[in-house]
Amino acid sequence: MKTFKIGGIHPHDNKLSAGRRFEQVPVPKEVIIQLNQHIGAPAIPIVEPGEEVKVGQLIAKANGFVSANIHSSVSGKVSKIDTITDAWGTRQQAIFIDVEGDVWMPDIDTSCKFKPTCNLSAEVIKQKIADAGIVGLGGACFPTHVKLNPPKEHAIDTLIINGAECEPYLTPNHRLMIEKGEEIMVGVQILMRALGVDRALIGIESNKQDAIDELDRIAARKEGIEVIKLKKKYPQGGEKQLIQALTDREVESGQLPSSVGVVVQNIATVFAVYEAVQLNKPLIEMYMSISGKEMEQNGNFCARIGTSVKDVVAMIGGMPENTGKIIAGGPMMGKAMIHIDTPVTKRTTGITFISAKSAPRFKASACIRCARCIQACPMGLEPYLLYKKALRQDWDFMEAHHIMDCMECGCCTFTCPSRQPLLDYIRVGKATVANNIRARKSNEK
Amino acid sequence: MYTILYTILLLGGVGAFAALALFLTAKQFHVQEDSRIGDIEATLPNANCGGCGYAGCRQFAEACVSAGNLENKRCPVGGDAVMSQVAGILGIEATSGSPQVAVIRCAADCAKRPTTNTYDGAKNCKIANALYIGESDCPYGCFGYGDCKDSCQFGAISIDPETGIVSVDPEKCTACGACAKACPRHLIEIRHKGPKNRFVYVACSNKDKGAVARKACEAACIGCTKCQKVCEWDAITIENNLAHIDGDKCRMCRKCEQGCPTKAIHAVNFKPLER
Repeated sequence: MKTFKIGGIHPHDNKLSAGRRFEQVPVPKEVIIQLNQHIGAPAIPIVEPGEEVKVGQLIAKANGFVSANIHSSVSGKVSKIDTITDAWGTRQQAIFIDVEGDVWMPDIDTSCKFKPTCNLSAEVIKQKIADAGIVGLGGACFPTHVKLNPPKEHAIDTLIINGAECEPYLTPNHRLMIEKGEEIMVGVQILMRALGVDRALIGIESNKQDAIDELDRIAARKEGIEVIKLKKKYPQGGEKQLIQALTDREVESGQLPSSVGVVVQNIATVFAVYEAVQLNKPLIEMYMSISGKEMEQNGNFCARIGTSVKDVVAMIGGMPENTGKIIAGGPMMGKAMIHIDTPVTKRTTGITFISAKSAPRFKASACIRCARCIQACPMGLEPYLLYKKALRQDWDFMEAHHIMDCMECGCCTFTCPSRQPLLDYIRVGKATVANNIRARKSNEK
Repeated sequence: MYTILYTILLLGGVGAFAALALFLTAKQFHVQEDSRIGDIEATLPNANCGGCGYAGCRQFAEACVSAGNLENKRCPVGGDAVMSQVAGILGIEATSGSPQVAVIRCAADCAKRPTTNTYDGAKNCKIANALYIGESDCPYGCFGYGDCKDSCQFGAISIDPETGIVSVDPEKCTACGACAKACPRHLIEIRHKGPKNRFVYVACSNKDKGAVARKACEAACIGCTKCQKVCEWDAITIENNLAHIDGDKCRMCRKCEQGCPTKAIHAVNFKPLER
């Protein structure tokens, strides 16, 4: 089985919700739609309080290059545009909509009919994706239309679809592949058309055999699409790792995947592309898994953006009482939240509950120089050294040692026998170095 | 016998040659340095804290001598005493500046500011600030993990282990500004202090609307403008729901302190007010 070459770890995958079908979360009475649901500048609202909106109506416009449109996920009346406190306590602008009925925009196809053919030109497809406000749904939320327009000097020959889902606990991509396999395959063909490539590789980890079988069955009927089984290893879903595992090409430090002729898209993104291009349906629903070892029941859900996470969790018995940590995403790359009374955004791919018993960190002891973090780092960095330098605030050294290549996967901290907070400090270093680089660039200008 | 003689002659010869070479080199490459630089450096505290804006005391001394005046140059650690000595060395009139002190514009302990969650990450203010709001509902307040304390070279900052309140010892503080740079929430202000190390300041940085700020913390400045109205010296300005007392204009009458409904205004080195 194929996998990437250096580093990586093997955490328990704990895919507790893998066997559960998606359940539709009922439309709530009120939705709160945040204006920054993507990397880059927050979108600019184009509706006024008191205005009537329909499902799928554009309510906020992309603001700048790396920004995305935001659509109403419900029909009703805009009650206010106000600041909310998100799950990390930061103040965010959001549009509040009181729900009345469920009236969709007339151009959206709600007939649930499967549409396998697409004859649109590449430009039209890209425009449709940009209009639909689609962002990378693996959690990074980078606008998809920007990714589909790689620099002109890079010739793209392969599209890679990320079905690795290496993050423990999360299962939405797994379920999408099983339940929406046909649609995803059409989505892949649409993306191949948009990029002008005739080869697509779908990488799926070996712990999702049913998804591999399903997609393999459909791929046999399609031309140029190949499903490849990958060895289970974290962080296989990292862009650079997946490219290496599937094509044996190495993306150099500081370069984009397009420099080796590859564009990577996530399974959930591909499904959103299908809906946007074939059904004219913008990104208004999120597929997510809610799981935890202490939960009465684990499950996968499809919820309108803006629904309270609390409502989704209530569908399977609410938050367990002995929860010690709530994580947006999975335990490796997810971010701990303060509470669950927060709206679903394009970032919400899953919520993981960790019990109070297993949540606290272990006490750190001194570094024993075992170099396990170096073995584990998939980017070939020296985490212990970067950590030490971050403590001493030696930012220039960190920059010279490629700290900007770190993708914050957390393998180093996971594997450290002394439980040192390696990644915490590396993140500070990365943020500072990024600031320094930005300051230098603006000085040069 | 000869062995010893030759050895002495050879080594002596090498020594004499090396001495001559060193002497000539020193003569050739001699740099005439202004002796005042060394003198000034000797009078400076040599803390090399960077509080003056230069890399260290030596660089400060060089800058003083090359400029020939003391405009915009001040050693915050040494204060007026050292600056008058420096002026004496340069042969110019000393300009006196008012002494300054660092204040932490947050004075919320756990009783005043209820905790809503527990932070489990590395105990470092920068890391916590990059992650989220902190253990309370106030997005402006002090974390209390001591980045400022670690940055202080003079041991002026201490953290009360019981209440978690960070405080500055005005006696030890030299106003070098290292802590102000270290604080990721920009809570630390370098401000003027009056005689007997006395000063009055607003110990809060919360820019939320009054009700929101008050809900997060009992000791928050709620921007009620009471202090502004009571001040006879125009020293208080309110911007973004937050009061600020200008240290230059303040005459330390303490009327604002008396009127503050949340006791967010602190007077240091005074007797407690009778309310």
